[in-house]
Amino acid sequence: MQLIPCPWCGPREEAEFHYGGQAHVAYPEDPGALTDQEWARFVFFRDNPCGPFAERWSHSAGCRRWFNAVRDTRTYELLSVYRVGEPRPDASERDEVVS
Amino acid sequence: MSAAFRLPTGGHVDRGTELRFTFNGRSMTGYRGDTLASALLANGEHRIGTSVKFGRPRGIVAAGSEDPTSLVQIEQPFPEPMLTATTVELYDGLVAHGLPGRGRLADEPDPARYDAKHAHCDVLVVGTGPAGLMAALTAARGGARVVVVDEQSRAGGALLGTREYLDERPWTEWVDDTVAELRGTPGVLLLERTTAFGVYQDGFVLALQRRTDHLGFDAPAHAARQRVWRIRAAQTVLATGAHERPVVFADNDRPGIMLAGSARTYLHRYGVLPGTRAVVFATDDSAYAAALDLANAGMEVAAVVDARPTAPRLLRARCCAHGIDVRAGHVVTGTEGGDRVSAVHVAPAAGSDGSADAIGTAGAADTIDCDTLLVGGGWNPVVHLFSQAGGTLRYDSRLGAHVPGQAPATVRVAGSATGAHDLSACLRQGWEAGCEAALATGSRPDEVALPASEPRAGEQPGLVLWRVPGEAPRDAPDTRFVDLQRDATVSDVLRATGAGLSSLEHVKRYTTIGTAHDQGKTSGTITAGIVAEALGVELSDQRPTTFRPPYTPVPFAALAGRDRGELHDPARVTAVHAWHVARGALFEDVGQWKRPWYFPLPGEDMDTAVLRECRAAREGVALMDGSTLGKIDVQGRDAGRFLDMLYTNKMSGLRVGRIRYGLMCGVDGMVIDDGTVIRLAEDRFLVTTTTGNAAMVLDWMEEWLQTEWPHLDVYAASVTEHWATFPLVGPRSRDVLAALAPGLDVGNDAFEFMAWRDTVLDVGPGVTARVCRISFSGELAYEINVTAWHGPAVWEALMAAGEAYGITPYGTETMHVLRAEKGYPIIGQETDATVTPQDLGMAWAVSKKKADFLGKRSFDRAENNRPDRKQLVGLLPLDRDVRLPEGAQVVDTDDLPEPPVRMLGHVTSSYRSAALDRTFALAVVRSGRERVGEILHVPVGDGLVPVTVTESVLYDKEGARRDG
Repeated sequence: MQLIPCPWCGPREEAEFHYGGQAHVAYPEDPGALTDQEWARFVFFRDNPCGPFAERWSHSAGCRRWFNAVRDTRTYELLSVYRVGEPRPDASERDEVVS
Repeated sequence: MSAAFRLPTGGHVDRGTELRFTFNGRSMTGYRGDTLASALLANGEHRIGTSVKFGRPRGIVAAGSEDPTSLVQIEQPFPEPMLTATTVELYDGLVAHGLPGRGRLADEPDPARYDAKHAHCDVLVVGTGPAGLMAALTAARGGARVVVVDEQSRAGGALLGTREYLDERPWTEWVDDTVAELRGTPGVLLLERTTAFGVYQDGFVLALQRRTDHLGFDAPAHAARQRVWRIRAAQTVLATGAHERPVVFADNDRPGIMLAGSARTYLHRYGVLPGTRAVVFATDDSAYAAALDLANAGMEVAAVVDARPTAPRLLRARCCAHGIDVRAGHVVTGTEGGDRVSAVHVAPAAGSDGSADAIGTAGAADTIDCDTLLVGGGWNPVVHLFSQAGGTLRYDSRLGAHVPGQAPATVRVAGSATGAHDLSACLRQGWEAGCEAALATGSRPDEVALPASEPRAGEQPGLVLWRVPGEAPRDAPDTRFVDLQRDATVSDVLRATGAGLSSLEHVKRYTTIGTAHDQGKTSGTITAGIVAEALGVELSDQRPTTFRPPYTPVPFAALAGRDRGELHDPARVTAVHAWHVARGALFEDVGQWKRPWYFPLPGEDMDTAVLRECRAAREGVALMDGSTLGKIDVQGRDAGRFLDMLYTNKMSGLRVGRIRYGLMCGVDGMVIDDGTVIRLAEDRFLVTTTTGNAAMVLDWMEEWLQTEWPHLDVYAASVTEHWATFPLVGPRSRDVLAALAPGLDVGNDAFEFMAWRDTVLDVGPGVTARVCRISFSGELAYEINVTAWHGPAVWEALMAAGEAYGITPYGTETMHVLRAEKGYPIIGQETDATVTPQDLGMAWAVSKKKADFLGKRSFDRAENNRPDRKQLVGLLPLDRDVRLPEGAQVVDTDDLPEPPVRMLGHVTSSYRSAALDRTFALAVVRSGRERVGEILHVPVGDGLVPVTVTESVLYDKEGARRDG
């Protein structure tokens, strides 16, 4: 049972959380202006990297807040968590969190 | 009556408490502190049961949870299968029998309680042997919060099988003092009879505590029998000890053949001799201790057969003093006996350089009579938890075992789990691990004196010997057992490698070795060794099989804990539930809700009851409990804008006092929910959802509000349970409402369709209602909402007010029929996440004016505009009495060809209609709307039912009944 550090509540057990898929996939400003292909890419396509991945999580059985996390998909290690609206920490900042 | 093999003194059993028990039909006695295994051995019972495949007699091999053979079925006090006699603590009245590898589950409910408890600590110590106790003591004195768990009923670990001295006192004094100090230290939790069975991420460890098993019939009913401890530890010290390894030879499975160290445990812990005359088969110095201890206790030890070319000088001398024949350079090549070993065959080993592969047998075998054969094949560190924690393993060719390699940052290993044999080394490692763990959590461990122990450097290194070489017999089954529980032999392993398998994981699955209750604790390494020999590879190059939780078997009941029955999945009931029960309603589960399904009168079946309820709603007046409907209060300056994005139609334009039906789609354009939206104020809406989707819709709102539109000033809160909601349906509903709400103008013009009013009800002081004129049946209808507290009173008042009109309570089945007659879909029944509003024929609910809303862009996708999409239609069976099964397929042929058959869609709802006086169905069918009027077929059983395709609205197409 992994601990996930909710940026609002602190570390809590993973069973309290809900996964929300890739982060930073903004809802298109004007969907009507997109081609079918562009729209399909937004609706159906997500990255699947081997390594750090910025994801959305919801503390669904806790404070019910959404937040973002960078997680290493190889180790499940959460490299950083940050609140919605905050920029994704860059690699150097992540390293600090890791160490 | 004293048992024949119990020594007059010694052992950690309470000789003042004699316990009676029955095994395989024989009544015997033992003492408090015995295991079932030690009590059986004390009574000279070695044969436990028979083996799973070959039916060979099997006995007791070990003294702990690593035992591969002593499977028993408990019959009294409660039936429980597949326990090892070595882990069942004896209690008075125990009735058990041996098992041939398979047990029998109880056919009665388990009356015991199980629970779970959380513990958080700085340092978790697993094991209370010398290393574990030293680690715990060091950490605890440093002020760390410590949890210590141990599988046994008594602390001491491997010391239990010895007569060691610590600080020149018997080890029990040091151990008992240490345990007493730990128990007296605030912040320290010491749990005996507690097996750490799984290590997971972030210092999470699960442990099973057997709290009352050992009390048998005296177990108090109020106390949980077993408890799963959910321990979160910053640092973990694993002092899990070592398991002795057997050596494989022909007929190595007879009762009376036992691990040497385990025999010492039976002697020193339980005061029990394993037999009358023993032969010891040694590959290392430790097995000599068994020979010497048993000889000291008065047992005849015929010989020590040492596979090594030379015997250790001092140990040989001590054996000679006891008259024990030490045969160095010899091996056991086989045994004789029936239910008990009666003789062993001993032959000179061929090799002389001491390496395993050089050993063979040479010369004639000698036969030595005995009733006990003790085998010492070296020791395997117990690395299960370490490996689960993510530690790497390293093969130590000197030990013939895998030892801990790289440890995770928060895990330390101490004692014989590292491969150490020497007591003083184990103590020192425990102290070091305790210090480091405490320091890592910010505690400051003081100096803790290591208890002095007798130095016992091994004289001579052990010999790694997996099996005594030799061929399988040509005309008889192989009896060189590797996994005694699985009846798997050397030949089985060689068959696996001969078939081309080289991975241990594959060999394990091919042979089933290591898949029994013991998970290969004594057979895994030997299998790896035999495979390596067969393949001519180094064992260090072989990856051991994965150690997975649980370390020992864990009952499902313990894992379930209190999450059983009602507490597993709580039932939600409405404020009026008791009335429904009293009225004889049958209930339907919708999510967690118990909803009245229908209200049969005496003698009525479901069809009759539903037809009667439907008729009442269409011709008179009927009342339903719709309180389970999801309700969400949406407030804020931007609430209208927000709902415009969520619903396909425009909600911001709704006037206060009015109601609008809405559809909700995912970004892919598929319908996810529907319901009504009522505007309470400029900045406040009440949204209803389908019963099963209430939580999902609230989550959906929160997700968009928090992640995409945090700038919107909107707040959403569930108010489902605040309100009792009663649809009052039928042409006479207006009369009933008028009687109960004298202050409300119920006229069609004053209170028009899709409007809501707040009103005082003539039910009691302060009872007000919000009445919504909406209809899910097509009839004149009012949805009466009152606070849940007033629900029962208002319900009964409605029933009383409607009595003159024959008011009829109805359930979900009638609700479904009424709405289906009108072609209203139920989201989740007509839809399955591939259905658009257009597919449902509900394009009227999709705004063409709004610039955007969730799903809008997807409606233009080519896929969503294919003319052959499945569309909602009605189906009328040509035979008016045939009711189609829901889920049945729809085909366009009246003569079913061989499969595959092209399927056009499926029946989503199917009922018998009172209003139509016939059966009917809703279905999603390819190009359904174009097919209206066509005859299609629905395969039912062996036949095809012809049906006419119709529009989905089958009753009151003009909507004439809405206004009463």
